[in-house]
Amino acid sequence: MTATLTQSPEQEHQPVTRGRRVPVTRACRFEFVKLVSQWRIRLLVLACWIVPALFVAGVSRQSTLPSDTLFGRWMHATGWAGPLVVLGFAGTWALPLLTSVVAGDVFASEDRLGTWRHLFVAVRSPRRIFAAKALASLTVILVLVAGLACSSAIGGLLTVGNHPLVGVDGHLLTPEDAAVKVLLAWVCVLAPTLALAGIGLLGSVMLGRSPMGLLLPALVAIIMQVTQILPLPVAVRLALPGYAFISWNGLFTSPTQLAPLLIAVAVSLAWAVLATVLAYVLFQRRDFTNLAYDGSGRRALTVGLLPLVGLPALSVAAVAVSTSSMGSGIEQGKVQRSVATAFAHLYRMQTDQLHRPAVAEAQLRTTATCAKSAGKGAQEGAGNNWRCVVSWHLPGVAVTGTAIYQIDITSDGRFVADGDGPKEVNGYFLMRTSTGDAPNPLWQFDGNVELLDTSSKG
Amino acid sequence: MEQLLAIRARGVTKSFGDVVALDGIDLDVTQGQIHGLVGPNGAGKTTLLGLLLGLAVADSGRLEVLGTPVGRALDSPDGVAGFVDGPALYPSLTPRQNLAALAALRGHEARTAGIDDVLAEVGLTGVADDRARGFSLGMRQRLGLAAALLTKPRLLVLDEPSNGLDPAGKKHVHGVLNRLAADGTAVVLSSHNMDDLEALCSEVTIVATGRVVFSGPLSKLAADNRELDYRLLTSDPQAARRMAGDTPGVRVVDDAGVRQADAKLLVVRAMVPALEDLVVRLVEEGVALRELTPVVSPLEAAFLALTEQQEAGR
Repeated sequence: MTATLTQSPEQEHQPVTRGRRVPVTRACRFEFVKLVSQWRIRLLVLACWIVPALFVAGVSRQSTLPSDTLFGRWMHATGWAGPLVVLGFAGTWALPLLTSVVAGDVFASEDRLGTWRHLFVAVRSPRRIFAAKALASLTVILVLVAGLACSSAIGGLLTVGNHPLVGVDGHLLTPEDAAVKVLLAWVCVLAPTLALAGIGLLGSVMLGRSPMGLLLPALVAIIMQVTQILPLPVAVRLALPGYAFISWNGLFTSPTQLAPLLIAVAVSLAWAVLATVLAYVLFQRRDFTNLAYDGSGRRALTVGLLPLVGLPALSVAAVAVSTSSMGSGIEQGKVQRSVATAFAHLYRMQTDQLHRPAVAEAQLRTTATCAKSAGKGAQEGAGNNWRCVVSWHLPGVAVTGTAIYQIDITSDGRFVADGDGPKEVNGYFLMRTSTGDAPNPLWQFDGNVELLDTSSKG
Repeated sequence: MEQLLAIRARGVTKSFGDVVALDGIDLDVTQGQIHGLVGPNGAGKTTLLGLLLGLAVADSGRLEVLGTPVGRALDSPDGVAGFVDGPALYPSLTPRQNLAALAALRGHEARTAGIDDVLAEVGLTGVADDRARGFSLGMRQRLGLAAALLTKPRLLVLDEPSNGLDPAGKKHVHGVLNRLAADGTAVVLSSHNMDDLEALCSEVTIVATGRVVFSGPLSKLAADNRELDYRLLTSDPQAARRMAGDTPGVRVVDDAGVRQADAKLLVVRAMVPALEDLVVRLVEEGVALRELTPVVSPLEAAFLALTEQQEAGR
């Protein structure tokens, strides 16, 4: 029944072509323009590039430092502590919220504005629209993360200076090493950030204009954080994408605690890929001509959420099989090694600051004897009831030095050692140096128990 | 002489689950024609417009747009533009930025894409750099039209383009559409506003429950139609009433509900030939005819009659 159209000379000069699909680069630029035109995105960009610098500069000038935050106690000592303090905060709050606002809204905003048909007529390819939206939101997230990292580093370096950084196990990193590791740490948290961004895309596609889509990354991040606080087996802890927000501190030990970090990054990337693929599948299946579609159908929930629920189970099994780590990972031997290592590094630093004869960590032959709950019960697991007696030997001195520490270990392996005497070693917050009073590095220090048994012992 | 077809639809059907939106639609729209699409809510107009824009694909039947068969979603040829369910724009951008972003999407430089020209064409030059967030519905309609014009369309598909427009804006938009049609662009517009359709369209298609109940020139619709109510204002209402009662095929309607308080006004129901007889008799008797207008437009009357028939036959 197809009629042949009569072609006029004018029409012959204007050949009708099949609708050309818009290249992804152009569609991505279009999405980027739309994102950047939103005041909240501009505000976030501005805040991420300015606020961390002001925060680090402000805190570094205060007499009281945020010593409960990793590297917080070293903010007076080096400008490289600032970006790590901000990183710790960002992993907990800022990055989940940023991904919520950007990725969690990138599809939903079209539902809200009623612009889907306009977009489809213009771009003509759901696949390219999805790719453009994902890439544009990823670009904005990268700009925000880069802002947090650069701004905090600049703030720290301008306020405090480019000085050596004390690592998590007390060893000293040169400013160059510190710069590289700070950069690496920020790069590593991109993996869980991408996982949250993928979840944001999924929520945005799945739930449409519902605010739950916007909140999904933040909600998942909170669940991950709460889970990390619980006394779970190591395999479960590592199999959750949020662990990469914690495990970057393994970069600041010697040797580097690489295995947990790599596992966490791999798990995070798996979440990012799966969530993005699920979002893509749902997006492709959506009927944009059906006005009754609200995105929250049973199929959307089944296709979107069930595989994500299944991924942790798979990850736990894989990590458990590959690492054989089903306990808490915090064992007496590991605690003793970690405390002794950190003490030795910091003792050497204290010796330098007090201009005593130089001594190397190996010469000290430091050991720690630790017990939990005064030796009652299982000698493993997190808690603030660990107590360690640290012993060391000074070259040419017959008497063995000892110091006592109360150790508070959290379930992610991080600990704070609080000096409990003798007062000459770790009893006072301040120590008298030739240039005046200075914080005593042995009075209270941070450390990290590697939860996996895979790295060589330092 | 054969006319160039911008749209040719034969037996097009489309269902959403159990709901049949289009049920064997036939439609011809020639180049340079402004074609009205009218029907009650849920008749399938938006679905049909969506098919023309390539937003969906028909379940069966044959659809050709600008001479190209459309067989897949988002497969409509270049040269088709428009909007359904209202114009879409990004409120955080200005009209100029909205259009520049669209032009960039198509690979055109903002400077050379003719943005200023289309903004002037739809009368938005004065607000070209204001954020679209605060725009009225009428301004958004104009911006939607500008976005469509930016592509230099050969088929323009518009869903209720006069919504929210003030009389001056409506006149402006009508002028734009007429100029486009004069240049050879086919315009398909759906509207519930009969005055708009009558002012703009040379042909209309009436759709009810997914089926075409009429498609053709407006004049044919009026001729095909049965009796209409007309308002008569004369110099001698009593004589006019008497002559109307005496004229075969003409009935005086006393319960028409139109300006009943006006004693000089008479409402009669007649087909066009009988009405013409009455007019001749009035003139012969020396009664001055001051006003003769249909109470409802022929299109509206036809629309109501045809759609009611269709509903009754379901």
